[in-house]
Amino acid sequence: MLHYILRRSAVGLLMLLALTVLIFGMLRLAPGDPIDAYINPSVPMSASDLGALRVRLGLDQPLPVQYFAWLGAAVTGDFGYSIQRGGEPVLPLVLGRIGPTILLMFSGLLIATVAGIAAGIISAVRRNQPTDVGLSVLAFVGISSPAFLTALLGLYIFAVMLRWAPAGGMLTPGAPFSLTDLLAHLILPASLLAIGHGALIMRYMRSSLLEVLSQDYVRTARAKGVTEFWVIVKHAVRNALLPVITLIGSTIGIAIGGAIFIESIFDWPGMGLLMVNAVLRRDYPVIMCATLLTGACVIIVNLLTDIAYAAVDPRIKVA
Amino acid sequence: MQPEPILAVSGLRTVFHIAGGDVVAVRDLDLTVAAGETVALVGESGSGKSVTGLSVMGLLPRGIGRIAAGTLRLRRKSGEMVELQAIGGEALRRVRGNDIGMVFQEPLTSLNPVYTVGEQIAEPIRIHLGRSRREAWAQAVRLLEDVGIPDPARRAGQYPHELSGGMRQRATIAMALACDPALLIADEPTTALDVTIQAQILDLLARLQQERGMGMLFVTHNLGVVAEIADRVAVMYAGSIVETGSVTRVFAHPRHPYTKGLMRSVPRLGEATALKEAGTPLPTISGSVPSLVNLPPGCPFAPRCPYRIDACVSAYPPLADTGEGQLSRCIRWQEV
Repeated sequence: MLHYILRRSAVGLLMLLALTVLIFGMLRLAPGDPIDAYINPSVPMSASDLGALRVRLGLDQPLPVQYFAWLGAAVTGDFGYSIQRGGEPVLPLVLGRIGPTILLMFSGLLIATVAGIAAGIISAVRRNQPTDVGLSVLAFVGISSPAFLTALLGLYIFAVMLRWAPAGGMLTPGAPFSLTDLLAHLILPASLLAIGHGALIMRYMRSSLLEVLSQDYVRTARAKGVTEFWVIVKHAVRNALLPVITLIGSTIGIAIGGAIFIESIFDWPGMGLLMVNAVLRRDYPVIMCATLLTGACVIIVNLLTDIAYAAVDPRIKVA
Repeated sequence: MQPEPILAVSGLRTVFHIAGGDVVAVRDLDLTVAAGETVALVGESGSGKSVTGLSVMGLLPRGIGRIAAGTLRLRRKSGEMVELQAIGGEALRRVRGNDIGMVFQEPLTSLNPVYTVGEQIAEPIRIHLGRSRREAWAQAVRLLEDVGIPDPARRAGQYPHELSGGMRQRATIAMALACDPALLIADEPTTALDVTIQAQILDLLARLQQERGMGMLFVTHNLGVVAEIADRVAVMYAGSIVETGSVTRVFAHPRHPYTKGLMRSVPRLGEATALKEAGTPLPTISGSVPSLVNLPPGCPFAPRCPYRIDACVSAYPPLADTGEGQLSRCIRWQEV
């Protein structure tokens, strides 16, 4: 098991490295550079001043040199300074924002997983009955609705019209920290984030459970006199979970994209706004650091789902 | 002296509701299984033999299969008589795995891949006998030993995929016997196994049945297996029992053309080689099993029967007593 985790981690590191090369190259392919966004257009600057600024920021060097300079510093934990934010160090800036993003993302994923699996089970057990049809229609709507629509609609209905939850932010400004305050701010964006994902999980769970329910070992369980509840929960669900776990792991990247989007609508102080601004203003060090940490999150979650898979299915040997 | 039956099925009619209409899978079936007795249900695929077993267990596919008529009386371990078709879901669940054990054809797919063998054997003991987890596990290990699995304590902690095919079937037998049932239904328990393993499993079932004095309903398509294990045999064709009686009598003097045809179709080592050298094909029953959707009004075997006369096609023949408890559903049984 340890050997497996180590090997997977090594592969993960290589993937992260490839990710940095890709992002680094793509950023440079985009037109414009940090200087365009850095200077104040109303203050005229001479070409030689601009050139001097480029040299100071290292932007005059060839691309590979720039990349390896960045990489060399990054492996020592030095991610440089923000070009646009008055030279703030990047790492504390990004780390300060990654917490809220992870909180939002995992809350959304948790809601999606629990609700999706529960709805999938109910739907499969009540196959072709009104409950199943209703849930399937809901899932279809959930999958088909783009996030910008559900997020704005949810914001309008639950925060503006019904006033059930605050419309934005993570904590009430000025108030002392309290968990209930945090949860009150969290529940709406997390639930909206969960819609698409939850609907997908439900559909997978439903079809997976329906397939498992026709298996011989389910008949055997009934032949042993196991109650219908335990036939479903103990004998069928655990087997049906296997493809769903794979789904959750492989779509985690989509959840991050969704989280960044929800953040900008709900003014959530996470990495979303930071990254959007950094991209707009070509703040290379911030983008690199944020991408690297996000990528690391995805790779870790994928590793965790693989371990969960092995825990659920004894036939999978992780050696 | 005829012992009091564990299971008495009378007039069983099992119907499947499918897209094309209702299909009568089992038709007016009478059957008894006494304690310590093995009754074999033999027939081709689709003859209704497995459906009969599932009807007794109340495990017909939901929303599709149902018992349309008949009574299924079971003497429980407590001596209480129950009518399985009438007692309903929860009471029937208490009977399943407790008073009736069932062994299925495919040992691999019949075992849940994500639980250990011991856990799966212990489960009915905990459910029906109310034992603790620890006691049930100890009992499961004893059962594994009883079905001839070496090193049972270690095997109990293993998952189905870690066992060989023969061992898996031994484990499912241990599971079926966990609560010491009065009746064991074995649905083609040896069909999926290698021939050498088949013999071992048959010996095992015969031994366990003798030791425990259970009644056994043995469903198979293999006449050789019937000869090996059963006391009585019921031959099924298109949902009906066409001939029944003691194995020795039915095999020595089949009184139904279908039984006779079946027995002629079993290749024997010497004969088959001789036929091959002579260039003659192996004997078969011409034609094929009729569709159950549109059964002809008369004898269902009539279209394939060499003894067919006009009377066969017009009316469904009754079971005729040919003596010594042997019954044949053929109006010309005396000539067969």
